[in-house]
Amino acid sequence: MKVKYFAWVRERIGKAEETIEPPAGVRTVEELIAWLSGRSEAYAYAFEKPKVIRAAIDHAHVRPDAAIAGAREIAFFPPMTGG
Amino acid sequence: MTGPVTIRIQEDDFDIAREIAGLTKGRTDVGAVVSFSGICRGDEDSAKISALTLEHYPGMAEEEIRRHVDEAVSRWPLNGVTVIHRVGRITPGENIVLVVTASQHRQAAFEAAEFLMDYLKTSAPFWKKEESAGGTGWVEAHARDDEAAARWTKS
Repeated sequence: MKVKYFAWVRERIGKAEETIEPPAGVRTVEELIAWLSGRSEAYAYAFEKPKVIRAAIDHAHVRPDAAIAGAREIAFFPPMTGG
Repeated sequence: MTGPVTIRIQEDDFDIAREIAGLTKGRTDVGAVVSFSGICRGDEDSAKISALTLEHYPGMAEEEIRRHVDEAVSRWPLNGVTVIHRVGRITPGENIVLVVTASQHRQAAFEAAEFLMDYLKTSAPFWKKEESAGGTGWVEAHARDDEAAARWTKS
């Protein structure tokens, strides 16, 4: 699946998007955050406060317990500050 | 709804009068137009700001705005809606966002414009980065914006 990062999540990880293949045991958005956090210090820094992180699956907002099965694109970003 | 819906995300500035005319010109069914424009301030909590840079999530930003426009159209009798959000670097005094709503009567136009702005601030995927003499930093979300959006939730 494709993963996209925005704003300071993108800056901390150091890339805007990538393709990942999480293990089968990673079933939800919050489990994916935990798995990504274990990849390096940069990911751990980006996701150090997981409750602050917002997520979207295929362009729609989702909660941390949302299932990631079948997702084409998952995005992680801070709370929005547009308008 | 009988009327146009326009949603644009662009780097260029917009002309408010032209956008209003786009919803009203040549029509006799529009009795009220409300426009809201958000402008870049030159200071935030007494700190001077030299510019904002707006980042967005292409694709989702348009779809998220569309979902809220669709909800506004289902809740109020509207004759047209235009939403324009700028991205890229914006300096104080420049426009950031425009919401225009057209209806037969003013109450629907006022309420729908406010509804759309409240949701633009809390759920459309845009992020502001501030430039100031002290460096650059991401703008933090305000609880007051979440509270403003929550009042439109149907109980």
